Formats: sequence, C-alpha cells, structure tokens
Amino acid sequence: MTRKQWLLSGFVAFTCLASTLASTAAVSGPIENYAPVTAQRLENPEPANWMLYRRTYDGQGYSPLDQINTSNVKNLTPVWTFATGVVEGHEAPPIVNNGVMFVATPMGQVIALNAKTGDEYWRYKRQLPDDLFQLHPTSRGVGLWEDKLYLATTDDHVVALDAKTGKVVWDTKVQDYKKGQYMTLMPLIVDGKVIVGGSGGEFGVRGYVAAYDAKDGKELWRTYTIPGEGEPGHDTWQGEDWKNGGGSAWMTGNYDKDTKTIYWGVGNAAPWPGEMHPGDNLYTSSVLALDPNTGKIKTYHQYHQNDSWDWDEVEAPMLIDLQRDGRNIKSLVHPGRDAIFWILERTPTKINYVAGWPFVSTDVWKGIDAESGRPIVDPAHKPMVGKRVEFCPSLWGGKDWPSAAYSQKTGLVYVPANENFCGGFTGEKVPLKPGELWLGTKPEDIGLKTKPGADHFGELQAWDPVTGKKMWQHNFPKSQLFGSVTATAGDLVFVGGTNDRNFRAFNAKSGELLWEQKTNSGIMGMPVSYEIDGTQYIAIQSGWGVDAQRIQDALVTNNIGIEANVPQGGVIWVFALKK
Amino acid sequence: MSRASFNTSSSSSDNTAESEADACTEQTRRALLMSALATTACLACSTQVHAGEDAPGSDERPQKGDLLVFSEGDQEGKPVTAAALSAGGPPVHAWPKDPKTSVVRSASRLNEILIIRLDPAELDEQTKARAVDGILAYSAICSHAGCPVTAWVKSDVGDKEVLKCMCHNSEYDPRAGAQVVFGPAPRRLATLPLTLVDGSLSVAGNFIGKVGGAQPG
Ligand code: FES
Repeated sequence: MTRKQWLLSGFVAFTCLASTLASTAAVSGPIENYAPVTAQRLENPEPANWMLYRRTYDGQGYSPLDQINTSNVKNLTPVWTFATGVVEGHEAPPIVNNGVMFVATPMGQVIALNAKTGDEYWRYKRQLPDDLFQLHPTSRGVGLWEDKLYLATTDDHVVALDAKTGKVVWDTKVQDYKKGQYMTLMPLIVDGKVIVGGSGGEFGVRGYVAAYDAKDGKELWRTYTIPGEGEPGHDTWQGEDWKNGGGSAWMTGNYDKDTKTIYWGVGNAAPWPGEMHPGDNLYTSSVLALDPNTGKIKTYHQYHQNDSWDWDEVEAPMLIDLQRDGRNIKSLVHPGRDAIFWILERTPTKINYVAGWPFVSTDVWKGIDAESGRPIVDPAHKPMVGKRVEFCPSLWGGKDWPSAAYSQKTGLVYVPANENFCGGFTGEKVPLKPGELWLGTKPEDIGLKTKPGADHFGELQAWDPVTGKKMWQHNFPKSQLFGSVTATAGDLVFVGGTNDRNFRAFNAKSGELLWEQKTNSGIMGMPVSYEIDGTQYIAIQSGWGVDAQRIQDALVTNNIGIEANVPQGGVIWVFALKK
Repeated sequence: MSRASFNTSSSSSDNTAESEADACTEQTRRALLMSALATTACLACSTQVHAGEDAPGSDERPQKGDLLVFSEGDQEGKPVTAAALSAGGPPVHAWPKDPKTSVVRSASRLNEILIIRLDPAELDEQTKARAVDGILAYSAICSHAGCPVTAWVKSDVGDKEVLKCMCHNSEYDPRAGAQVVFGPAPRRLATLPLTLVDGSLSVAGNFIGKVGGAQPG
C-alpha cells in the first residue's frame, strides 16, 4: 500500500501577518531606543556589537575587542546567567545590538535580554507540532534587519519578530516538516533579504537556499543545491537520484560585500553510500557562490565527489586575504569535515584550488590531484552496499559544523578538530518514505570506534594558512571537541565543546591554556564578545545535546572510561573582568 | 600518482563532472510525487492552508476496534496476524487502520507501533496481563527526543535483546512494559492494548502512557 499519498501533493508557501502559532510574554520590555540595523552597519559592524553569525560577513569569528587579554583573562568571572528552560543542544551565538541581546534556543524560542544586566525584555515561544522529529532539534540564531529579527524554525517556517516587543510580524511556511524538511540555521541578512537554507539530508530531501523579503516574508528566490533537469550539473546525477539527493544547506553562508557574492556550504548526498547515487553529485559537499539578488549560482567548488561518508561540508568557508607564493589571494579557507584543510581562491567567475592537506589522520584519501583539486579516494575505505566498510575519521569527520576562527592579529586559523575516531557501516538499499530516516544503512549498524591506544580525541589546532604549518595544538584526553571557536584581539581563543562542561580561553599565539570555568552543561554554542559602557563581555550558551551528545553516547559504549553523564539544560553565561 | 599528493602549491581548479563511482545497476528508489510550488499570501489568517489534505481520521490516535496493518515490507498494508509473528522478535512495524473507512492512521508519525511476540514466561506480571499470546504493542516513538525506535539488539547493559533508539542509544525492555534500561530516555514507551480478532491484531483501547518525546524539536 502506498503511504500518505495525499501528503505528497505539494508545498504551500504561506505568509501571514497575524499568526496564531506564536505566543509572547513581555517581562520588562518593550525595548526603548532600539538601534535599527542597516546594510552599512552589517558591512562594517561596530567592534562593540555581534550582529551576524560570525560577527562579520567574512565568517572569521573574530572580535577586535582587546580589553580582555592574555595578561588579565585569569580574572574573567561570570557577571550574569540566565536559564533558557529547555534541554537539547544550544548552538546559537548570543546576538548583540547596542546593549540588547537576542538568544535563540532549541524549541523555537527567542529570548531578548538586557546584555548588561541579564534582565529579560520579552520571550517568543513557538508552539511546535507534537509529531515534529528531527535529528538536529536546535537553532543557530537570529538575523537582524532594521527593527526586526528573523528566526528559521524546526517546523520549517521563517518568522519575523518585532525586535522591540517580540511580536510576530510575519510567518512564512517554507516547506513541509512532515517530509523531513526543517531549518536550524541563523538566517543570513543581506540588503533586506532573509536568506535561509534547508536541513534534512538524512530524510532524502532536495537541498536549497532561499531568500525572503525582510518586510513581508514573500519568497524572492529559491535555488536548489541539486540541479534539476536542464540545469548545469544535472548530468552528474543518474536517473531520478537528484530528486532526493540531499545537499542540505544547514548553515549560514558568508558574504563578499565587494563582489556581492554569497558563499554557502552544501551538505552530503543522500543516502550515504555513493554506490546508490553514482556520479559526482553536484553540488553536494561543495561551496556555492550565489548572487544574493537572484540566487543564481555564479560558480562553485566541490570539495569531494560522490560522498559516501556523511561528510557534509556545511560550514561556509572563511573569506581571508592571504599572501601566498608572492601574491595576494582572496581566499576561501575551509577545514573540512572530509579531514582536508582547504585553501581556495575566489575570483568573480571561478573558484580555484590552491592547496589542501589533511589536518587529522585519514585513510580515505590517497592525495589530492594538484591540477583539479579532486581528492583521490582509497576504494578500500569507501562505504558500499552489502559490505561493512570502516574509515577514518568517523562520519563526524575531522571537524563537524562547529566553526573555526581566524585572528587578524596572529594570522592563524583555529580549528575544533577530532582525532582518533573511526567509523563504518554496511550500505543497504532501503525504500524512501517521506519524513522517515533514509540513510542507506541501518542506524544500528553505524559505529564510532576509537583507535586502540588513543591518548586523546579533541584537538584545538592553530594553523598558519600561508605556510600550511600547524603552529600549536591542545589535546583533550577524555573528550571530543564539539564547539565553535572565537578569536579576539586580546590574543585569546575561546572555546567550549568538551564533556567536562568547561569553557576555556587559550593564548592565541602559544596555545597555552589561560583560563577555564565549569558551566552547568556541556558547551556546543558559539562564544561572542561585545562591549557596553566601556566594559568588554564574553557570552556563550551552555547546553549539551544533538551530535555532541551522540558522540558522547557512542564513546561511553566504547568502554574507555569516558564520563557517562553530561547534564543537559541551557544557560546563557556572560563574563567580564573582576572589578 | 605523481600529481596525487597533499600539497601547498598553487594550481587552478577544473571542476569537471566526472563520475568515479560504479554505475548502479538497479534503480529501486521510489520516485516522489511533487507538484509545483504554490504561493498563498494573506494579511490576517488563523488557519494554515494545505495543498494536500490528510484523509479524515488519518492523524487521529489509534481507536478501539482499529486493525493493525504492516507499515513496511512485502506485507505493507496487510493485517498483522498472530501467525505472522515469530516468538522472540524482531518487532514488526504497524499502523492502526479504521476497519469501517479503511483509512490508515499514518498521517501522524506518533501512531507508529512496534508489535513484538515474546515467550510469556519472560514477561513480568503487569506486562503478561497486557499481552495476548505473548504479543505486545508499543509506541515506536522514543520518549527521549522522539526519534523512531528502530533496533532489536543485544543490550549494552545486559545479555538480552532490547528495543533500542539509535539517536542516543536509549534501550527499552519489552518484557517489562518497555521500561528504560539504558540511555537518556526519561520514561517507558507507551503501550497499546491489544486483542485478537479472527487471528488478526486489533486495538483494545487507548495508549497507556504518553506518546512522543520529552519536547518536540
Ligand atoms: S531520541 Fe531516542 S535516545 Fe534520544
């Protein structure tokens, strides 16, 4: 019998100015004197603010604030905390605009706070459907434009809220969550366009990036990451495979304001074993260069072809100006989930391969073709149908979605990496059922193995992207590292990501651990820095869950003496120097 | 492979679309029927508009008198009979079906059910009282974060097979009312009371216990 045929009959994009789905409760709001967000402010953000996912459009994750520095960071102390009231992975950066902080949490919640005192202005709580199911129930943040903010929800809507009151201004349905379509990313705002991308690769969706008018939520364009019939790249797919080919756009893109080009990371192909979708499978495991006005694909680079390892390349590459081989390179730097540290060159019409090297050990690649930049696969470690195949690193890759950072002061790239993890699975042909997992293997057959005798797992690495040299590394003996990195002009690197609940600061030049603070839960969020009335603050969400938890559970079953219980539950932590 | 090395030297990219995988001999995948996108805008509306409607009753919870039908495999859509279940597992996946309207209640994933047949001697007293010839029905939705419970594997903490959710490794013992024996799940799987009608399984009452995860995603 055919299941739910009537559910397959199409998607309706839906715009509504008076949604019944939201509830808001003002506590000490509304906010007075809100500073409207303009294109100019986003393109050249004040050092005191953190208004984009990685603070600046180039995705570097760098704050120019330096009041907190290597000599005084030992005096960093919590100044306020705020419990979010929900469990699961808290992945969003606290977004700060002139003293107002907006925090997105799992469960479709946004909290507006006084960034100096921690007092609540308002809270938006989305009423999510009971039958919602995703592998990644989280949110990576809210985008700002003029006097509104924008949330992409796990039930696949984009919602605009009034920044001063939290009231819903518009609510647009993007696609149908029952078919496995959802969103977890922080929208990228470019010139009044709210740009989002779809999650759900594990459900056999067809990925896309789409833009909505910030004023009224009308869809302006939608570009599929898997090209349809007649589109360039379609011939890299066979038969009907493209219709459910994956290529989710899980994460926020970066933006080159000079050439007006968005760079967006694209996830792996579905289902996992490449044998089930022969071909290069454009544009999976790639970076797309998009025109923000039309969504047109200007050019692309595919990091690896015919993905079979679940190696999403969803973090957008950082835009960094480098001096290499005696010339200035406008580069794209991407430490990949495929274990390769990629350096590419962006030109208006083309992305050039410059260099690549493994930043953790891998048995999958024999090398990279120096002409084309195509990695050369060892077939012995490429998963296939009907046979168990093992490979290193594991399906979580050398570095998953948590962001790397680049310090303009040290010129180094800081990578949250994982070493000594391998994995494997047996490919299996299974029919696709919309809204149900479609991995191409049995979930119970997926394994995470630690290498025998491994003395550590997580690694915070510092690389010189000019020379390709690793400058320092800090090892975490009993934990994975699954949190985003932020660098500051105080020559500090902040990161959580370990199962001991610690938040840490390292010397950006030497890698010396300078400060750590135990928090309520494990941290998988993104550290940010901001300034109010002459005081520099560091903020982070602590709240363990999603893949950090999955790795944790898998580690525990490896019986290697890893801490079994990492408590869940979200808290926003804000730190400043002791007065 | 002289050119095949990890390098730090420059060269230009050539993104030729060239397949390195073997050709798939068989296209077994079901094609999805997807119609064109429709856009509806309104200024003040209180209900959502769907292009495709669920059949009436298809998202209601299982009702007394519903038949249980296979939700997957060769027998998909056919009634689950006691004779089709081998003792000791693995569980089969099923949907409730309204015998009067023939509507399968598959529009909500919260209706997915695991049916398992066990040796009655292995069941605890309460579970035995709920079983019919050792047959039990549980919600297939994990009480942790709502993933589907997919596996029937040896427990990480015991020597018996358990129902396992692979999202975060929660394990449930079907011999003891699907109580949690390992992992982060906060409570047991909901039980669906059963009865046998002419050898086929039928729903005898509402779910006992809460269906679904602790919080939706
Ligand atoms: S959802 Fe089942 S263990 Fe987490």
